[in-house]
Parts: sequence; structure tokens; C-alpha cells
Amino acid sequence: MRGPRPYMRPAESLWWAHPPYLAYTLREATGVAVAGYALVLLTGLISLASGEVAYDAWLGFLKSPWSLALHLLFFIGMIAHVWSWFQIMPKTMPRFVIGGRILPQNWITAAGLVVAMVAFIVTLVVAGWMQA
Amino acid sequence: MKRSIAPVFWLLFGVGGMLSALTGPALVLITGLAAPTGIGASPDFMSFARATAFAQHPLGKLILFSVIAFFIWHGVERIYLTLRDMHVGGRLTLMWICYGAAGALTIVTVGALAIVGF
Repeated sequence: MRGPRPYMRPAESLWWAHPPYLAYTLREATGVAVAGYALVLLTGLISLASGEVAYDAWLGFLKSPWSLALHLLFFIGMIAHVWSWFQIMPKTMPRFVIGGRILPQNWITAAGLVVAMVAFIVTLVVAGWMQA
Repeated sequence: MKRSIAPVFWLLFGVGGMLSALTGPALVLITGLAAPTGIGASPDFMSFARATAFAQHPLGKLILFSVIAFFIWHGVERIYLTLRDMHVGGRLTLMWICYGAAGALTIVTVGALAIVGF
């Protein structure tokens, strides 16, 4: 079998750990925080379905310093995700034309970040309202 | 030409990405930091009774499913693409592992929400 053999430029195996690629690697690592947080919630939901003893054990884990440190990392990851998500958004969407002029990319990023901040506050308010 | 299945995963990635960009930081703050420490939240905010009532409510179920499933599909897409770029494994192997895990966890989420009851 002699299939096509495309030329592969030799690359160092740890290319992703060095600048300028490190920035991309860190951005993609926010996905670990997002999925990791969902996994914590899923274990909580499974323990909730298993009964009160299992659920209280999960609540106990949430109170541990390990969990608090983990959630602090998740929080940093989430903030980095919000930031990069709206940096990417104008690059992935069609050009926004208003009155024959292209809307600058950083305007779209700024608008996205404002919406994210409003959503952040709304989520906190809704949670506070649920608590009452 | 064979149609690519990639757009399906990109859609899930996008939904999860937008949902987590809008609600993720606040949710981590509430469930992971405020509620367990009692700072800015009452100690019984996530008690068994309250959590059960939330998970039994249709809207609560929708929120739990959306957050868990879409966050996982978003993260998995990034993990899959990064592992592929790192040449950790073959494309198909990584696809099966990453998307397979996300699919299995989605089913587990639905199952757990059903067991919690209505």
C-alpha cells in the first residue's frame, strides 16, 4: 500500500508548552475547568438521586479545602473562558455592517463582555431570590 | 462527498460555550464557594430538601440538564481538539474516547434526573 504521504513538518513534541502556542493551550485548558465543574455538579446530582446520606457526603466534600481550592481554579478558568470567548466571537461570526461600515471587532468583544457581566449579576440575583 | 459529523459537535461546543460564558462564573461562585462556606449564602441553601425540590421541578431539571450536559460537551470539544493537536492518539481513537465519554455522561445525567423523581 503506497498511499499519499503528505509532508509533515517536523515539530517538537512539546510545542504546545512554549510561546506563542502556550496561549492557545491555556485557552483550550479552560475547557477542562468548564467540563470539570459540570462533573462536580453531576456527582452531586447522582448522590442526590442516591439519597440523603450520599448527598450529605457530597456536601461535605464541597466544604473541604480541596474542593474550595478546586472551585477557585474553576472560577479562574471560567473567567479566562469568558474573556477569550468574546475575543473569539467577532472572528467566528459574519461581519456586522451598520450603515455601510463594518462594526469594529473590539466593539463586538466589548458588547459581549457587557452582556456576560449583566448575566453574571442576573444569575447571582436569581440565586438570591431562590434563597429567600 | 461524505458529510462531516463535525458541525454537530461544533454546535454543542458553541451552545455550551455561550451558556458557560454567561452563567459559569456565577454558578461556580454560588455552588462551589458561597454555599459551602456560608459566605453570602444561607447554610441550608443546597440542603437535601431544597436540592431535591429543585431537581424535581421541571425548570430545575432543565437547568441542571443544560448546565451539566452542555458544559461537558463544550469542554470535551476543546479537550479533543487539543489532544489531537498534541498527537496524543489517532483521530478516531480520541473521538471515540472524548465524544463517547460526553455521550455516556449525558445519559447518566438524564438517568439521575429521572431517578430524583418528578
